[in-house]
Amino acid sequence: MIKMKQFEQEQVKTAWCPGCGNFMILKALQQALKDLSLKPQEVVIVSGIGQAAKTPHYINVNMFNGLHGRALPPATAIKACNPELTVIAEGGDGDMYGEGGNHFLHTIRRNPDITHLVHNNMVYGLTKGQASPTSEFGFKTTVQTDGVISEPVNPLALAIAMDASFVARVFCGDTKKTADIIKKAIQHPGYALVDIFQPCVTFNKVNTFKWFKEHTYDLEEHDSNDRKQAFARAIEREKLPLGIFYENKDKKSFEQQLSVHRDLKTPFILRQFKRKKLEELLESKQS
Amino acid sequence: MKPKKQRKSKEHDISIVLCGGAGLGIQTVEQLLTRMLKRSGYYVFATKEYMSRVRGGSNSTQIRVSDHPVGAPVKRIDLLIPLDKDAIPHVSDRLDNRTIIIGDEEKLDTKRKVINVSFSKMAKEIGNIIYANTIAVGLLLGLTEGDIKEGKQFLKDYFSQKKKEEFIPDNIKALEKGYQEAGRLIKEKLVDSHRFLHMKKFKEIRDDLLINGAEAVGLGAISAGCNFISSYPMSPSTGVLVFLSQYANDFDIISEQTEDEIAAINMAIGAWYAGARAMVTTSGGGLALMTEGISLAGIMESPMVIHLSQRPGPATGLPTRTEQGDLQLALYAGHGEFPRIILAPGQIEDAYQVTQKAFQWADKYQVPVFILTDQYTMDTYYNIKKFSVPQGKIDSFIIKTDADYKRYNLDVNNGISPRGIPNNGAGLVRLDSDEHDENGLITEDMEIRIKMMEKRNSKLHELKKEAFAPMLLGPEDYRILCVGWGSTYHIIKEALTKLNYTDVAFLHFKQVYPVPEESINFLKKAKQIISIENNYNGQFSQLLETSTGIGIATKILKYNGLPFYVDELAEEINSAISEKGGQK
Repeated sequence: MIKMKQFEQEQVKTAWCPGCGNFMILKALQQALKDLSLKPQEVVIVSGIGQAAKTPHYINVNMFNGLHGRALPPATAIKACNPELTVIAEGGDGDMYGEGGNHFLHTIRRNPDITHLVHNNMVYGLTKGQASPTSEFGFKTTVQTDGVISEPVNPLALAIAMDASFVARVFCGDTKKTADIIKKAIQHPGYALVDIFQPCVTFNKVNTFKWFKEHTYDLEEHDSNDRKQAFARAIEREKLPLGIFYENKDKKSFEQQLSVHRDLKTPFILRQFKRKKLEELLESKQS
Repeated sequence: MKPKKQRKSKEHDISIVLCGGAGLGIQTVEQLLTRMLKRSGYYVFATKEYMSRVRGGSNSTQIRVSDHPVGAPVKRIDLLIPLDKDAIPHVSDRLDNRTIIIGDEEKLDTKRKVINVSFSKMAKEIGNIIYANTIAVGLLLGLTEGDIKEGKQFLKDYFSQKKKEEFIPDNIKALEKGYQEAGRLIKEKLVDSHRFLHMKKFKEIRDDLLINGAEAVGLGAISAGCNFISSYPMSPSTGVLVFLSQYANDFDIISEQTEDEIAAINMAIGAWYAGARAMVTTSGGGLALMTEGISLAGIMESPMVIHLSQRPGPATGLPTRTEQGDLQLALYAGHGEFPRIILAPGQIEDAYQVTQKAFQWADKYQVPVFILTDQYTMDTYYNIKKFSVPQGKIDSFIIKTDADYKRYNLDVNNGISPRGIPNNGAGLVRLDSDEHDENGLITEDMEIRIKMMEKRNSKLHELKKEAFAPMLLGPEDYRILCVGWGSTYHIIKEALTKLNYTDVAFLHFKQVYPVPEESINFLKKAKQIISIENNYNGQFSQLLETSTGIGIATKILKYNGLPFYVDELAEEINSAISEKGGQK
């Protein structure tokens, strides 16, 4: 029996501010892993840089805490080389939609069976309060002194436009629902995006806990298999819907399509080197 | 300093150059001819220079045919086959009164003497203009006294392998027609047969390999158990990506073309983490994008193999040409301090061998290893003996983890903490790009910082012990020492053989970093050191000077985008010695 405690890193003190949404997301993730009866050894969390990207330090699983913006490429490769692992890429809005924006697009195209958790607080925390790619129009910071003048990234619309195979948004204030959707995202056999609204108690005085409560609502009577409907919901701006927007279960995952896994599912480490084939190849080059 | 004997007036080989626009079939002629000549029992060498375009322009291929091993280009052209009117102007500075030009007069526009052979008219007589190439092959096979039977057999094998048997009969006709045409030219004294060597043939070289540098790197990777390549196409490094992709299914290799070089290197590091043996292949511009990833491999202590095929920069530079201009890039790419290894194959065999070593050392020392080649290496081939496939198990340095496994265990005396991978044992494998403690957890504890820095950097001393020593060619009691690295090996070697000095030796490096310990002893002994490099600044001689404290005053540098030519280099070495009188 897998216990919640197995995923806790007891000796580590977090670097997060008191009241940060990250605590709730961490708890929801630990809950999801427990509910799925996963062993810590089978789980890898890949992250980049930022306050959100520190999450794997506070959870007892395998960790690849790499470069800013670059969690998705190694996550894709890890899953491809060992499909038996549960791979989660986790980071913030700046990390995933800004610095790593190009990988976001191309990972959707590849459709690896990984879960993509993006803590979206619409501001940069670790660098102390500048605008993020999801900051709203007019959001004033020490750098954007006249307020943000660029269109915010709409990650859900972007993902649905590219036919991402699982697209969801949650608010971390509802830990139970957050855990539940993370669980579904992990179970989904392909790329799964969960954009997670969270307040930044230190640097975002606009999009507060209260603001998220007032500006969100749960998707109901929504057909998540209908891409057009999903897109229409994703571009709503007045009030922001939460839940599973879109699912495409017909898509094959990246690993499934790789010829190396067609006949054999074993991780690379357990495979034998094909010496005889190499001898044959060299002989063929002699003519 | 005096030459032992006079330079022979007669060369040991025939230098054939094919020149014309991209898409005219130069590559086909080269591929067929070199194989037929090798099967005839000759030594062959081929290299090419080409423009960065898909159609048109002026490209050329040099083929040297000999009864001696040949491994380098010469400026001299004995036989030129121009395929369009731009061809002769393109190579005009390489022509002299000894050059025989054979071509379709109608297609050329030149005051030079051209022996008219109407390839296209002859091809149409067979039924299709496409046979012009095979006719040219036949002609060249005839002029070099190659074996027509071997030629025909090769065509059969070639088209059968491609499952295009229907092309065999007409191609054989075309080959014979070209071969007969060579006979006619000689018989009618249009070509003076005394102008060509009559070369010996050797049965035993029939089964030699003709593979270029890109294939040799690819084969080296396969033989080292490489099973993951992620890269973004970039000339001249793409050949390795293509090669591994072609054989991906046979050898269980994941080959992924990424959105950019940043994704490529980060993926490859992820692949190593999950238990694969991964590499990237790129050129200077791509490596510039990978530099943060290289630094990541440094702090994570991830193995990494980087094939960096150099082309002239800065920025886009000359995309399809050659240079040894990125040594400093490889040396300094990546912020912060961490050890690395840089290998630079000189011979095709080296490319296979150092690539194998690159994987082994990357895995063993948990460091990035560079294989530094260039366009010239990628596109060059000559007879070599079949590579041996390593026997026994491929060394793996991955351990099974215990429950209390610490990825960055400090309780090791050589800086190398045993490397585990996820879900291979009871432990957790935690890697971090931040400074970290033994468990991979982020830390700003300065005691730990010091220990981790010392641990990582101490690996340099370990890996230095195994470094490839430089190779000395020529007299051991030399007064003058020519120094080269990487792809210039055969060029410098042949230039010195040609000069035949009794007191000049050649020191070649196939590992350029860390600089092998014994280098200093070689340099100390020389009265004059001549550094020969395909770049502007003499980057390797600067590195040697820094590492050994010995100054290198004479430099022969070439940076026009082409490799050195043997004959041109021999003259330059000669004048470098005369100018300095063999002194510092």
